[in-house]
Parts: sequence; C-alpha cells; structure tokens
Amino acid sequence: MDFENRDILSINDFSKEEILYVLEVAKRFEKPNYDLLKNKILATLFFEPSTRTRLSFTAAMQQLGGQVLGFATPTVSSVKKGETIWDTVKMVEQYADAIVMRHKLEGAARLASEASQKPILNAGDGTNQHPTQTLLDLYTILKEKGTLDGLSVGMLGDLKYGRTVHSLATALSHFKTSLFFIAPDALKMPREQLDTLAEKGIPCKEVTDIMEVAKELDILYVTRIQQERFADPLEYEKYKGVYQLDKSLLEHIKKDLKIMHPLPRVDEIHPELDDTPHAIYFRQAGNGLIVRKALLALVLGKVK
Amino acid sequence: MKPEENELRISAIREGTVIDHIPADSVFKVAHILSLAKHKEILSLATNLPSNVMGTKGVIKIAKKRLTKTEVNKIAVIAPHATINIIEDYKVKDKRKVAIPKEIAMVIRCSNPQCVTNSQPVNTIFEVTRKEPLKVRCRYCERSMDASEIELK
Repeated sequence: MDFENRDILSINDFSKEEILYVLEVAKRFEKPNYDLLKNKILATLFFEPSTRTRLSFTAAMQQLGGQVLGFATPTVSSVKKGETIWDTVKMVEQYADAIVMRHKLEGAARLASEASQKPILNAGDGTNQHPTQTLLDLYTILKEKGTLDGLSVGMLGDLKYGRTVHSLATALSHFKTSLFFIAPDALKMPREQLDTLAEKGIPCKEVTDIMEVAKELDILYVTRIQQERFADPLEYEKYKGVYQLDKSLLEHIKKDLKIMHPLPRVDEIHPELDDTPHAIYFRQAGNGLIVRKALLALVLGKVK
Repeated sequence: MKPEENELRISAIREGTVIDHIPADSVFKVAHILSLAKHKEILSLATNLPSNVMGTKGVIKIAKKRLTKTEVNKIAVIAPHATINIIEDYKVKDKRKVAIPKEIAMVIRCSNPQCVTNSQPVNTIFEVTRKEPLKVRCRYCERSMDASEIELK
C-alpha cells in the first residue's frame, strides 16, 4: 500500500484495509526516530486555534528529526489581508514538504489539496472532518482491546455537532461493532448518520441515560458539550453539565471498560476517575503523537 | 387532449432546441438557469399543459440555440425527466432524455453556509449518491442534500 504523497483529508476516503495498514504502521512509531524525516519540513497552518493537535503534529515531526514552520493563529498572516486558501497553500508548498492545516471552513483541506502538489493533512475543517483524531482513536481502541472487531462502543455527550463521534462511528462501521449513542434529545446523533450505519448493518441503540447501557460497554467515548457550536448561550446553559461521570459509574460497568475522551474536558469526567484503570484519555492523547508520526512518515514516502 | 394539440399552442421553430416534459412548476427555473431572458431569437414558454405521463408539464422552444453539456446537466437537476429535441428545418433531428450525471459540477450551490465553496473562489462539485429522488453529496464539506435542499447557482 503506497501512501507517498497522499492527502489525509477525511476518514471517508479510507478503506478498511487502509485504516488497518495505518494502524499497523503506527505500531512501529512508539519510539522516536530522529533520523527518519531529517531534512524534511512540515508547515502547520492553523487558521483556527488548537493546542493539542498543533503541539502533537509539531512533536511528531520533531521526534522524526524534521523541521516545523507555520502559524498558530491567522491574525498575523496574510490571511488577514484577504488572501485565499488557494494562494496561501500555493505559497506555503514552495517552502515545505507537507502541510498540516486547520480551518473553520468545511472542505478547506480538500480545497488545499487541490492547490498543493505536496501532501495535505487535515487537522480539522469546521465540523466536518479530523481524520488524524479518528485514526488515533482507533489506534487507542486497538491497543487497549487488542481488536476492533465485535466491541460494544458507547458514545456520550454532544453527538449532534461532535465531528469526532461522527467520524469514529463511520470508521467503526467497517468492523463488527455495536454502537450505543447516549445523548440528550436535542443533541442526538443526526438521522443521516444513523441511516448510513443502519445500511451497513451496524446495530445502534440510542438512549439518554448512560445507566441503561453502561453494563454492555467495552469502550465509552465521552465528548464535551461544545459551547462554540451553540448559537444561543441559553441553549448551552441547558445542556452543559448534563453528563458528569464520577466514581458512582464504576458500580455499573464491565471490569475492563475503557473510557476515552478527545479532550479538552470540562466537567463531563470527574478527575476522581483519572487514576482508575478505566481512564485512558491521556494515553489516548499520547497515541496521537504516534499515529501522526506514522502518517507523516507514510505521506513523505519513508514507510514502504 | 392528444399530445399533438399541445404542440400547436406554441409555434414551431425552424432551427433550435425544444425542451419537453419539464415539470409544470419548473419552466421558469429552466428559463432562468439557461438565461433565456437574454435570448434574442424566437422563444416560447408554455406550462400547465396536459400530459399523459406527468399530469401537467411545461415546454420551452428556443430558436437558434444548442444546449451545452453544462446546461443539460443543470436541466437534469430540476427536470430529471425532460427530453431535449434538436430541431433542424422544422423536424426533430435528434431526441434525447436528460440524464443525471455521476458528478454535478458548478451547477448547484452548497446549502451548508460553512462550506468552503460559499466563501472561497472554487467551483462546487457534487457526487450524485441517489438519482431518484435526487440526493447529492458535496465534494468539499461532505454534506448530503436531497432534492428539496438543492439550490441552483
């Protein structure tokens, strides 16, 4: 499978075999390799602020011996002067071997990929896609459970606007997974997503109370209710804090349930769960580094 | 009423194109997307004509005009059962049904305000995921739209 020069834009572009290949390659990147991408330059274009993803890509490139250039906010860049995405990318590809990009506009990364001869890695385009997050989520599940097949995965929180859960559900539909969606009525998984999953024969169950399904889960993927997705602050007030998981959950779950979270969290997981064997969200963030190293090495043609 | 009688309602053209079997309420939309208001030759529009197949239908006759592929694609989106007749010397030289292509480029506006195509200079491209009723998916923001949400550019 050849990933050299390939753009990483959307989990929807990946076949099951390609997902498994990336996860297999990632296993080789648990440790730094300071020579692999020596003399390579990664540009990180963050038109929208991000801490985790940007630091993770920067660390990934540096652990492979490469250099990083770019901007963390568009306020100082030519973007403010009204330059199009197309032009910005055309300019940056002259300086870099690969480009990581986050932008609030949906489809921005695909547009960038059409402008650029160099590979584009989508670090989030609005509420659309964040494929490296999905791949690190899958890598985490695979690492913790030894398989992606036959698991019962619960997703909790904002399932309406949360792109991570949409992408993860899509990716898991390649495997024989049972999905449990736990959300208040107003933040339920969109109809279209449910229809697509149904077409693929994935059993799905929707509930509002976690306790109804807690016992069945192998993985519980918790997401934040995202304030920035609500147009009306009063609406947000209504739903923030609707789920607050704490130690009382532990009486109702399988012994080997693993709790994941893309971070940052607000109050949906109490810190008292952090040092239980169930909490794997910080390890999950660490896996982001590993998967991003693998992806950089793949698209820059250093893994064959 | 026999179909031939419909044809008599608007005069025949010597050279040009007749678009038949347009949904009655879409005749003006078709006229709009073809910019027919600017057409300088004979142009006839008729609608609410009885049709055996469709109940009612519209017909547009455009003298001295051949449709481009893009124009035919546009028509297919709003009038999926339309037939295009090429007229030469008052006779139907060629007759074909419009067909929804696998991909619709430039014709549709993405209904997602956050889509990059709505604020950057880039043409829209939609993949047709279902033909009947029409459902399309934006190449960029990956959002699906069904017939009721589709807005032409």
